[in-house]
Amino acid sequence: MIGLVLLGIALVATAGVALLMRWKNGRFSSQPVEDARERLTAGQIGAPLGERATLVQFSSAFCSPCRATRVLLTDIAATAPGVETVEIDAESHLQLVRDLEVMRTPTVLVLDADGVVTTRASGLPRRDQVLAALDRAVPGGK
Amino acid sequence: MPQPTQVDPRGLRVNAAITAVVLALVLAVPSEPVRTVLLGVQVVVFAIAVLVGLSASPWALVFTTFVRPRIGPPAELEDARPPRFAQLVGLVFTTVALVSLLAGATTVALVATTLALVAALLNAVVGLCLGCEMYLVLRRLAPAGTA
Repeated sequence: MIGLVLLGIALVATAGVALLMRWKNGRFSSQPVEDARERLTAGQIGAPLGERATLVQFSSAFCSPCRATRVLLTDIAATAPGVETVEIDAESHLQLVRDLEVMRTPTVLVLDADGVVTTRASGLPRRDQVLAALDRAVPGGK
Repeated sequence: MPQPTQVDPRGLRVNAAITAVVLALVLAVPSEPVRTVLLGVQVVVFAIAVLVGLSASPWALVFTTFVRPRIGPPAELEDARPPRFAQLVGLVFTTVALVSLLAGATTVALVATTLALVAALLNAVVGLCLGCEMYLVLRRLAPAGTA
């Protein structure tokens, strides 16, 4: 009897997690209030900041959606002038991962021209989600 | 950088689906011997995938023998490391379940099986790798000095 109850719970839990992930993946957070924003430097991310914006992706070895995310961000940066992408290996930058409270890979941060983290999302984002986030980070075009 | 081993993502889904059926049967069949055998089989399957490789797993052989010839070559391949790590997580949960069952702690065994079943179902249905999602969270717990 308990086996069948647990089977039912497993099915409900699976549906719940699947829906939660669909909602969560690629959903960029609303802009943090001015003084709660974090700022990253070129030294911290190991690459120069983009002239207008930088897309910072945290990746790890055990991460299937990281590759698709990298392809998408690279493609977006190639067509958007002044936008650079940087991929950071989470495992070799654990202090940065803790400081920024990165919990999943991929996590994408959108930095403005000054390196201020304007918004972030985890999971594989859709193209329109990244473009909308960029638009908010860099007023006046993608 | 050497190219990591690649796997057919559809094979991973089939692998997860068979695993889910086996684990669902463990929950559904109220017989200690049947449960023990099913869990034992799944533990061995996970162990082969972890120790030898994903393509050596019996469930992967089911895919390459019966499913793949009918659906043709894959459009793209996937890095084998995340799913192999997930098989390790599955191995841990099913081993706990099997040992608990043999020790007479049936409820513990079934709860561990339930957790493994949720992970397998998520993998089979939406392609989500729960073990991989947990990886960074666990890795973050490592002492700051080891980074």
